[in-house]
Amino acid sequence: MSALLQLTVPLLLAGVGLSALLRGTDVFSALIDGAADGLRTVLRLFPPLLMLLPAVRMLRASGALDACTALLTPALERLGIPPETTILMLVRPLSGGAALAAASELIRAHGADSLVGRTAAVMMGSTETTFYVVAVYFGACGIRKSRWAIPAALCADAVGFFMAAWVVRRLWFA
Amino acid sequence: MLELSIIWVGILLVSLLFASFSGKTAAVGAAAAEGVQQAVEFCLSVGGMICLWSGLMEVMRRSGLTARLSRLLRPVLLRLFPGAGARAETLDALSMNVSANLLGLGNAATAAGLRAAREMARAADGTVASDELCRLVVLNTASIQLLPVTIAAVRESAGAAVPYDILPAVWITSLCSVTAGLLAAALLRRVWR
Repeated sequence: MSALLQLTVPLLLAGVGLSALLRGTDVFSALIDGAADGLRTVLRLFPPLLMLLPAVRMLRASGALDACTALLTPALERLGIPPETTILMLVRPLSGGAALAAASELIRAHGADSLVGRTAAVMMGSTETTFYVVAVYFGACGIRKSRWAIPAALCADAVGFFMAAWVVRRLWFA
Repeated sequence: MLELSIIWVGILLVSLLFASFSGKTAAVGAAAAEGVQQAVEFCLSVGGMICLWSGLMEVMRRSGLTARLSRLLRPVLLRLFPGAGARAETLDALSMNVSANLLGLGNAATAAGLRAAREMARAADGTVASDELCRLVVLNTASIQLLPVTIAAVRESAGAAVPYDILPAVWITSLCSVTAGLLAAALLRRVWR
């Protein structure tokens, strides 16, 4: 299993490349066009990150993050969620950029393979920018009354946060 | 973007307030420059991986892998969206949306999802979201990605031993969170009028 995971990238590249080639796809042109598209994604990510990362770093340096964490520690510890991830959970449904800034700051500060770093990564990978998605979808088709969509979506986020911490603990820190 | 503007200004004000109380003014002053540096390094170190994956995703799309996956998903989607599934075009857009989400094709997923959403809204009436439209939105707010590319790249640049070893954890978590969202939807549908 671990050898497979180590080879995730090469295996996928080779597998998808081969199957596409057998179907007569111009693999290399597709790769190049896709990479150019990826560059546009990176360019879109950069400006918000450039503004949000200093803000998150300042929040940490000022001690405000620690104070907020300390406040929520008893409740979160009961749920088995590392309190350090508070900031990530707060911004995740609101802004993809802020969440990426918070998650990469947690991963950098605590280490990629630490409990906090792993939990932050799994939280980030298994949830979405809920309010943004709701706004885009309902905005696009002129819906004014979203009824229970937001509560149900937030419920999914909450379960995602809890499960991220639980699974990481089970798999690596049991 | 208004929420984000409020968050951003709010974070700065809170930082200033705490800095002046705790006396950590030097650290807070330096943090801004460090953050900018971090953002630049982030895009340089993670950007390459994002481009590589975008290239692979494009190969998947052009070789018809996305289309095949969306055919596989159809039976499941018919159960979740019996009303919309009755119309061939909506079902098409729906299954494209879910399969593109699974493969991490963000733009394609949004395009197909919005097409499905518009058709559902047209089929229902007015400005109130129908049950199935709400369900579609919940499905899209719960990320169901097979390869969380960006966060794996972040792990890689932060020196993770095996950046992709979080995949099983992400899958289990995503599955639970999507299930919770759909369960909540099924419950709330009954009480919400």
